[in-house]
Amino acid sequence: MAPVTISPAPPQAWRVEVFRRPTVDDPEGTHALAAAQALGLSSISDLRLGRGYLLPPEFDETQVLRTVRELLADPVLDVARITAPGEMPAREGAAFVLVARKPGVTDPVSQTLERALHTAGIAPVTEEDLLVTTFQAWEMQTRPAEEHLSQLSKRVLANVVIDAVSIDDETLYYGRPAEAEGHGVVDVPLLKLDEAALVQLSNDGLLSLDAAEMLTIQEHFADQGREPTSCELETLAQTWSEHCQHKTFRGLIEMDGEVIDNLLKSTIAKATYELDKPWCISVFHDNAGIVEFDHVDGETWDLSMKVETHNHPSAIDPYGGAGTGIGGVVRDILGVGMGAKPIANLDAFFVGPPDLAPDQVPRGSMHPSRILRGVVAGVRDYGNRMGIPTVAGGVWFHEGYTANPLVYAGTVGLMPRWAATKEVRPGDVIVTVGGRTGRDGIHGATFSSVELHEDSETQSAGAVQIGDPITEKKVLDGLLAARDARLFRGLTDCGAGGLSSAVGEMGAECGAEVDLDLVPLKYPGLSPEEIWISEAQERMVLSVPPEDLEACIKIFDAEGATATAIGHFTDTGRLVLRYGGVVHADINMNFLHEGNPRQTRKATWSAPDLPTPAVPVLDDPGATLLELLKRPTLANKEWIIRQFDHEVQGQRVIGPTSGVRNDGPSDGVVLHPVPGSKKGAAIGLGANARYGRLDPRAMAETCIDEALRNVVAAGGDPTHTSLLDNFSWGNCNKPDRLGSLVHAAKGCYASAMALGTPFISGKDSLNNEYRVGDETIAIPPTLLISALSIVPDVTKAVTMDLKKAGNILMLVGETKNQLGGSELHALLGMDGGEVPRPDLRTSPDLFACLHAAMQASLVRTCHDLSEGGLGVALAESAMAGDLGATIQLSYAKDLNRTSALFSESTTRFLVEVAPHQVAPFQEALGSHPVTQLGEVQAASRLQISDMNGDSLVDLSIDSIRDAFNGSFQG
Amino acid sequence: MQTTQALVLRTSGTNCELETARALERGGAKVDVLSHRRLQDDLPRLTKYRVLVFAGGFSHGDDLAAGRVWGSDLRAIRRELDAFVADGGLILGVCNGFQVLMESGLFQPDRAPEERTLALYSNASNHYECRWVQLAVERSKCSWWTEGWKFPVPVAHAEGRFTCKDEATLEELRAAGQIVLTYQGANETLSYPENPNGSMGDVAGICDPSGRVVGLMPHPERNLDLFNRPDWTRFEGRQEGEGVRFYADLVAAAQG
Repeated sequence: MAPVTISPAPPQAWRVEVFRRPTVDDPEGTHALAAAQALGLSSISDLRLGRGYLLPPEFDETQVLRTVRELLADPVLDVARITAPGEMPAREGAAFVLVARKPGVTDPVSQTLERALHTAGIAPVTEEDLLVTTFQAWEMQTRPAEEHLSQLSKRVLANVVIDAVSIDDETLYYGRPAEAEGHGVVDVPLLKLDEAALVQLSNDGLLSLDAAEMLTIQEHFADQGREPTSCELETLAQTWSEHCQHKTFRGLIEMDGEVIDNLLKSTIAKATYELDKPWCISVFHDNAGIVEFDHVDGETWDLSMKVETHNHPSAIDPYGGAGTGIGGVVRDILGVGMGAKPIANLDAFFVGPPDLAPDQVPRGSMHPSRILRGVVAGVRDYGNRMGIPTVAGGVWFHEGYTANPLVYAGTVGLMPRWAATKEVRPGDVIVTVGGRTGRDGIHGATFSSVELHEDSETQSAGAVQIGDPITEKKVLDGLLAARDARLFRGLTDCGAGGLSSAVGEMGAECGAEVDLDLVPLKYPGLSPEEIWISEAQERMVLSVPPEDLEACIKIFDAEGATATAIGHFTDTGRLVLRYGGVVHADINMNFLHEGNPRQTRKATWSAPDLPTPAVPVLDDPGATLLELLKRPTLANKEWIIRQFDHEVQGQRVIGPTSGVRNDGPSDGVVLHPVPGSKKGAAIGLGANARYGRLDPRAMAETCIDEALRNVVAAGGDPTHTSLLDNFSWGNCNKPDRLGSLVHAAKGCYASAMALGTPFISGKDSLNNEYRVGDETIAIPPTLLISALSIVPDVTKAVTMDLKKAGNILMLVGETKNQLGGSELHALLGMDGGEVPRPDLRTSPDLFACLHAAMQASLVRTCHDLSEGGLGVALAESAMAGDLGATIQLSYAKDLNRTSALFSESTTRFLVEVAPHQVAPFQEALGSHPVTQLGEVQAASRLQISDMNGDSLVDLSIDSIRDAFNGSFQG
Repeated sequence: MQTTQALVLRTSGTNCELETARALERGGAKVDVLSHRRLQDDLPRLTKYRVLVFAGGFSHGDDLAAGRVWGSDLRAIRRELDAFVADGGLILGVCNGFQVLMESGLFQPDRAPEERTLALYSNASNHYECRWVQLAVERSKCSWWTEGWKFPVPVAHAEGRFTCKDEATLEELRAAGQIVLTYQGANETLSYPENPNGSMGDVAGICDPSGRVVGLMPHPERNLDLFNRPDWTRFEGRQEGEGVRFYADLVAAAQG
């Protein structure tokens, strides 16, 4: 990239800084101050934010004053400081820091202001001719220590990957990014290179192609008698990336004398095809899976679902990474079939311990708390602004995620059946809609396929993507309108690899020609390669019949979203790219999509060599229960949940929390997406950070059991449930990582077959390792299972809060001595032991019987038993119902009371039943273990005794609530 | 009796228009949903309606301040809006729609918008909040809602803290019957999160001096079905959510 044009300080532009009046709260200042203090920057004692704007120097004073009074400053709350072009501002305080987006980084606020200046008639030119930029001016009344000031700037106020920071210096950029040099065709001479030089070329260009792939490319172009152009090489690198092609899952694996040809097809997808459910409408070949929902008033409605990982971008820029993670998965749903309406988001975060000592944070990484706050804010600002409720989620904490956090984002969509299929015909116009293309996100697809290292932050700055949810909302509104008017034939989203992947994928069967100079740009001067592979957000690609082009563009224009024809699909089987009429790429589609060599990887796995620990004896199980409730993985996540709009669209049946005070953690959530339908959609998640290292297969089966428990506990039909898999693993070129992946995939197959729950979609992220010096650290193998289940009658949905004194509490399912990987072991610092694993011979029928009992209205309350076992489930249900309970454990002889309370054995539920319905309930559960535990009490105490009547736990509900609430806040 | 016609307005970033339309329909109105841009191109159309609702969301991203850009857009159609109200029409703004009406200056018709003495701003908790709260209807110019009626609704906003330039302004509003809805709690003095955003006087909704321009932060349109409120599994015999009555009363008032 060419150097940036920098104007001399101070900028030749009107400068406006808007501060809160001294008597009015300044939330950003308060947040930043708290974050600084959390980092130990003790000499920072005050901070206030000025929202800064640079306005065109051509404005006269009247225009500036109108801008400030009508658009920038609130008459009740704000004071504004206006500085003329080239003047020094009347800066107050003892120190200040200016933070501005680096040139070329997306800035939605400046775009909004440019539009508003135009529509308000303040600036009589079009918004394209206006240049407004924004910045933040942070002022301090007390001058901090210099080192603290520098730390504050880099670690709290700015993200140096995307922001320019100046301390005590009024310099601000005012200008557009410089043009790239040379837009001509660039050949990359590689025909004469040896293997080592080819690998070097790949590494230097951040292509992430290995030796075999580079040799294949060399051979292909040698046959053509020419060198590849840089555009062609970039296109191949994007298309062949692990992120886009899933080479590990689709390759050959040798393990224990067995050769697995395509792990996906021989496990996860195999179950789906063997189960062959008639309600699976589209699986594995589109952007998301599609299943049938309901028939209402002559229309058949389907649900689609997709869950994505966005791990590496979130490690570098938690806020932007998580936000664009949501944005990306929402576009998957917009791009499934002919487009679905997003009706719910989910998110799952895996981060390091929130109380990690600052000196334990690896070099080049952020503290887990900062990462978590960042990803929460990113999901909040993107999901809320899109108007999609964030209904389900979870946070898991483990040391192994400190340097490589995991961020999963998922979306559920609703669509009419006729929109479930799409096509592309030669002659169709290629139309891009949505955001303009800039330099953001160059090399995201290939970056996500390599391990992180301490310099990732600086080296991969270009891979960071910045989201603009309102642009995506405009795309959503325009797209659904165009879909219903049937103005296009097919579409896909621009995700990893940008236009190169989207157009390449849509034209794979026929061919495509694109004129890159037609692509709308955020600013002039991008090179053809940059246009082609940029992962600028909020873009979709449509195939539009030529006769519908004008109407299609018009319908998007009405929503303020730009639709632009950039080429057309052909029948030549070739991908042709032109810029200024000159051909920059001409590749065989078949080679592009099928030409990469299949690799054979070796896999092996053996269980860690650990002695089986004795079941711990607890002096005071009640105190242990309180300690467990305080652990971050179990503690109240309200500070996160309440920042997400889980109510928008008005579909709530069961939300993320339940109960009298709405503070009980729900199992599954239930939505009512189609007015007029009796049915609901239940969503449940299963994941665990601790089981996988000990037993990856048991972990996979347990996560599926947990996801299913969550939806069944809420009222979902276990025989009408589909699953999604998201594997985040270490580097699977290493045999032990791959071996554990194979075990987990086999567990997925076995569980899906036994339960009759097909997988409908999945996505993997297989290079989650972090390099410091010579050491490489892999994350704990982590499988997130999402379950989507049909609730036959939403009025029969069940929540987890205890309902009424005098009702009977029952335990459904069998408890075993399974404390391996449990929260109790983690609390006590213990390792090893037996990991829970469901009995697939009995669990499917248990789920079915419990569901039948719910349909017969025999169940008042149901709560699944997961981390922390029975003890934690009882505490949560009692707290949520503001009621007490007296429990007598009648555990089997070989079961220790510690296990009875805290074992995490699978397929178990706490159930509340009215006294007169105990017998029918037991009958409904057939031969499955049902144990009467005790009674719901009006007095707010949880009292648990053992089979001899000796008290184990005697706690007030208030002390339980305090433990649950107290320890862990953002 | 003719069916009351209602118009739900939206713009870029609006996201509550469908449930708002559903609520008005459940309340007895015939509803159209239209973008601000389309209305601006066809202003005479406004006279067809008796109820005009600014739906919630993040208009233009709330990028400059919540509701500010859309509120500024209303300056261009102010004459038509004033005529609509003068003719007996009702204007409702919910959540972002309330912020838009606030920014437009419609609650203080005697002042220029940039001279207003009322504002909505960042929650006292300093962040976005989505939670259920209890609302109560105050004695106000909006007599169609029964004084003293209490009902649960969700709030979902980051900038919902109502404030006045000073306490005297609040008392003037109260005296003029412009305080329409307040947050409710267990005791007379509310604590967080009963008052979820720190609003002055626990105010959740206000109206203009005529009572025909109303705004509120909470979302009654998200409580239409019996299974919407978070504690619904604890009750028996409810048929629908309390939000239906809120909209039905509004539609009935527009009829008369």
